[in-house]
Amino acid sequence: MISFSQVRKSYRGGHEALCELSFGIETGELVFITGHSGAGKSTLLKLIPAIERPTSGTVLVNGQNIGSMRRAAIPYLRRNLGLIFQDQKLLYDRSVFDNVMLPLAFTGHAYKDAARRARAALDKVGLLAREKANPITLSGGEQQRLCIARAVVNRPSILLADEPTASLDSASAGEVVEMFRSFNQVGVTVLIATHDEALVRRLNPRVLALEQGRLAQ
Amino acid sequence: MSTWLRQHWRTFGLTLGRLARNPLATLLNVMVIGVALALPLGGYMLLQNLGSVARQLTGNPQISLFLVRDADKADIAALEARLKQIPGVRALRFISREQALEGLKQSENLSDVIAALQTNPLPDAFVLETNGSAAELEKLEPQLKALPKVAHVQLDSAWVKRLESLLALGRTAVLILATLLACGLVAVTFNTIRLQILTQKDEIEVSKLIGATDAFIRRPFFHLGFIQGALGGLAALAIVYLCMQILNRGILELARLYGSDFRLSFFGFPDSLALLAFAAVLGWLGAYMSVSRYLSGIEPR
Repeated sequence: MISFSQVRKSYRGGHEALCELSFGIETGELVFITGHSGAGKSTLLKLIPAIERPTSGTVLVNGQNIGSMRRAAIPYLRRNLGLIFQDQKLLYDRSVFDNVMLPLAFTGHAYKDAARRARAALDKVGLLAREKANPITLSGGEQQRLCIARAVVNRPSILLADEPTASLDSASAGEVVEMFRSFNQVGVTVLIATHDEALVRRLNPRVLALEQGRLAQ
Repeated sequence: MSTWLRQHWRTFGLTLGRLARNPLATLLNVMVIGVALALPLGGYMLLQNLGSVARQLTGNPQISLFLVRDADKADIAALEARLKQIPGVRALRFISREQALEGLKQSENLSDVIAALQTNPLPDAFVLETNGSAAELEKLEPQLKALPKVAHVQLDSAWVKRLESLLALGRTAVLILATLLACGLVAVTFNTIRLQILTQKDEIEVSKLIGATDAFIRRPFFHLGFIQGALGGLAALAIVYLCMQILNRGILELARLYGSDFRLSFFGFPDSLALLAFAAVLGWLGAYMSVSRYLSGIEPR
């Protein structure tokens, strides 16, 4: 489903974020990417939705080569991915419900159909009662769950989350992780980047440990 | 296709909603565009009205042909035959010197002067009516002058020509003004859309991240430019119409003093529609330029 081979990513100025990275992830896997900050976790996650392109090597997602992908094809790649960002990227000029409606605006769903899906996604993360609220009024854990609802509303086959529990207390973090596990159980491939060791130990998943842009042994 | 239409329709609604939520900003933008368009539009309206007056006055351009004093009946008959062969001459009227004198006697101011005359000083004359423009009359003049027994040719269309060239000059001025202000309209829209893009920077970035195509992201800005241009065009029409009504009060008064019922008339429906379309397309163009320039700069990192 996702395969990296000999992937190198260096930023302008010569900083090498990833170096000769090779691994594969099968459909339905739950994988944690760990490492200190600066180890390349975020860069790895940004390569999959083509937010960044590899400097050399090959990144394949669903058989598509990210490095050589045309700009115009990128939106269609991203629609099949659910992205949860470190900085959340919620829109505070609209309601919780409208935030979740956003990904459905350009997929051609009729409004009624889209609204039903959005409510189903909100229900799944326990925010249906807050659909009219502004995201700014939600707690940190609720905001993170809203991000998850927005990521899954298009029913993606791959979920990518960058530090989803970083700003949460342990109770909220536990809830969020449980959600990822339940999506994984219905067949969604899940990749989570985190430096939260406790979280990793609790789930005992497959771990890709990064150290200065390489896989640690 | 239906998806595409539905998305456009939804975008159109959202854009109208967005404009309605910022009524002051919208009003100011529309006013700027409206005033800018009203200037050449008003000029165009005045020229159209002047042009129709000029056409009324010059419906039948005439040429007067005065004969030499010693022309006799045979000369006149020969001349008449030749004049009838000239293409473009629609009607031919002979006015003998006696008829001309009678005509002058009729007019009140001159009857005393005429009565004092011992002999008739007037020449025989032909009046030609043509169906050509002033320029064609001009071409006819040397040909007529060269005819035998013709002493003098007078075009009563010299002032028509002056009026025509004055109108042409006016049209050029309006065209220049329109071009400049059209550029202004594009610039205003460009800037409005630029600000709107910056305001919606977060939304654009998130949309790109979750799989919105460039076309989808651009669409609301095109709609915004288009609607704003059309509203500006509507404002321009309203401004010109209002100014026309105000001017017409004075003009009616003035025209009555001259025994005329002249008044300014407004554009027809096709012209108004064309203006709206023109303004909307200019708005779209401004949006297009702005979107091309600024949207690609917003890439998720």
